[in-house]
Amino acid sequence: MGVGNPNRAKAESGIVRWIDDRFPLTQMWQDHMSKYYAAKNFNVWYVFGVLSLLVLVNQILTGVWLTMSYEPTAEGAFASVEYIMRDVEMGWIIRYMHSSGASAFFVVVYLHMFRGLMYGSYQKPRELIWLFGMAIYLALMAEGFFGYLLPWGQMSYWGAQVILSLAGAIPVVGEDLVQWIRGDYLISGITLNRFFSLHVIALPMVILGLVVLHILALHDVGSNNPDGIDIDQNKDENGVPVDGAAFWPYHVVKDLVAIGVFLTVFCLVIFFFPEGGGYFIEKPNYEPANSLKTPEHIAPVWYFTPYYSMLRAVTQPLLGLDAKFLGVIVMGGAIAILFVMPWLDRSPVKSMRYKGWMSRIWLAIFVVSFVILGYLGTLATTPGRTTVAQLCTVLYFSYFILMPFYTRMETTKPVPERVV
Amino acid sequence: MKKLLLLSLMMMVPMFAQAAGGPSVALDAIEVDASDHSSLQRGMKTYVNYCLGCHTAQYQRYSRAAEDLHMPESMVLDNLIFSGQKIGEQMTSAMDPKVSAKWFGAAPPDLTNEINLRGADWVYTYLRTFYADDTRPYGVNNVVFPSVGMPNVLAELQGIQSKSCGDVSKYDAHGNPVVDSTTGKAITHESCDILTVEEGSGSMTPAEFDATIYDLTNFMAYMAKPYKTDSQRIGLWAILFCLMMTALFYFLKKEFWRDIH
Repeated sequence: MGVGNPNRAKAESGIVRWIDDRFPLTQMWQDHMSKYYAAKNFNVWYVFGVLSLLVLVNQILTGVWLTMSYEPTAEGAFASVEYIMRDVEMGWIIRYMHSSGASAFFVVVYLHMFRGLMYGSYQKPRELIWLFGMAIYLALMAEGFFGYLLPWGQMSYWGAQVILSLAGAIPVVGEDLVQWIRGDYLISGITLNRFFSLHVIALPMVILGLVVLHILALHDVGSNNPDGIDIDQNKDENGVPVDGAAFWPYHVVKDLVAIGVFLTVFCLVIFFFPEGGGYFIEKPNYEPANSLKTPEHIAPVWYFTPYYSMLRAVTQPLLGLDAKFLGVIVMGGAIAILFVMPWLDRSPVKSMRYKGWMSRIWLAIFVVSFVILGYLGTLATTPGRTTVAQLCTVLYFSYFILMPFYTRMETTKPVPERVV
Repeated sequence: MKKLLLLSLMMMVPMFAQAAGGPSVALDAIEVDASDHSSLQRGMKTYVNYCLGCHTAQYQRYSRAAEDLHMPESMVLDNLIFSGQKIGEQMTSAMDPKVSAKWFGAAPPDLTNEINLRGADWVYTYLRTFYADDTRPYGVNNVVFPSVGMPNVLAELQGIQSKSCGDVSKYDAHGNPVVDSTTGKAITHESCDILTVEEGSGSMTPAEFDATIYDLTNFMAYMAKPYKTDSQRIGLWAILFCLMMTALFYFLKKEFWRDIH
């Protein structure tokens, strides 16, 4: 008598067959690895997805070990981090892997997102992949924010204070909302405890779930490629895309090279520049949190600074709403607008290779504005810098808002039948 | 591959810039050296004699220092622990912070992380720029940290330093005085930060005192990152391993991709 679903791929015999009769092992292996075909012309921009996954694993593993020695209380948090750095065997490596890993996560995720923008990876039929990805990005920002409070240093404390106060700018309910989030009248041990819980349990689960959805959606419709060509249009007699290469082993060995390069750079950072020049671990964070002493210069961690710049760029109240609240709206809008990307791009082609010059210029303007905003966000404001930030904010939004027009107006190049 | 390397370099760009903030006074630059054990040992001696009475180093254990600075534990117990603490304990034998807050206006901060917080140059300059100032409660002020609450505990070594105004020479990047090309005279400018030590008022010459402060700063830099030597040693092997692994993966990829046309 047959066991299990007869319609799925199964091994001939042996232990794998036994499992296949009870669980779709061979079928899953084929769907996601040995018979998952991705275009053979992937370039360097296609490694950041797998690198994000690698960093995620790094964060989870080092996080598990850090949690073993970390103490989530206002009295003990700072000292427990010092304990990890000094008394726990190899604790400093684990901690630096985690703290540098957070920055590395955003580096690879930003590059991964840029790849998507450049090659139109969000276009039909990959809208859901993009949406799941954006949800991951959002969850990641929350994860980074909650995690940053945990060392309980001065910058942890005051950085959280600044960001939490943004919610306070919401009219009517703002202050009550902030108090509800903090669980106290100021950021205290209670806040630290709930942030710890969210950082180590809630958000990692959300992120893992979203990553599974992101990859399932990807493997259902297949990966895009630098030419934006559907490789399923050209299959050989066995139903294998002629321009594709199986994920296992071809793309896996290719990704291994990228992993090797990444780990080399990562080791360079954790062993020689773990503080990243004050950007990964800020100097004031070597002083325990003190609610009575405000540091001279407060800036959020570098991966939030582009949005922080936009917040500060709004200096004028409008329609009875104060500037800070409008800044919060602009900041939220800057992230929200990324979600609707698939519906803003009206181009008949996916890849920047075949789009017109307007798309190219706007993408360049977008990247440059984002980088300038990020840099300005690390500095104190001056009238000149605010003007630049305002200009860059306008350009940032223009890239999206004008997209439906310039992508339709411009002449595109013909897309070849096969990948080049 | 080239693109990949370039990209990895780009990812490191933020590390080469320093995040904003910093002191407004020019600091004397020093190069700390975690491998100079005798300097570190002298620095620790100065620390326990002159600093530890007020400033804890609550995350630094005596035993760890003994091991890292290559001193026998018995030597540390006999010469560097005055409070009857055990060798495995942390360096906490300072005064009660409640009392000291009353005496100095603020409790003297813990100094384990001081170099991480302010940098070695700051500490090295700060400790050498106390000057007599009758308007301050303890009779001294500081160039780097104006109106500081701390008395100059090292005055018996350094002597009495005073600050005055006068003409000072300009120096180029190599430390040579800049001279006017037509008159041949040294170019000077007025400064009110000229520090002079009253001769014979301290037990050390200025050079000896600078060396003592260097050792102390060096020890504090060790305390700030006691794992730094390990990090550099392990780091080199880790990077070497990653490079070899990358090379191996590269050839593996090349071999596999022969099939793909």
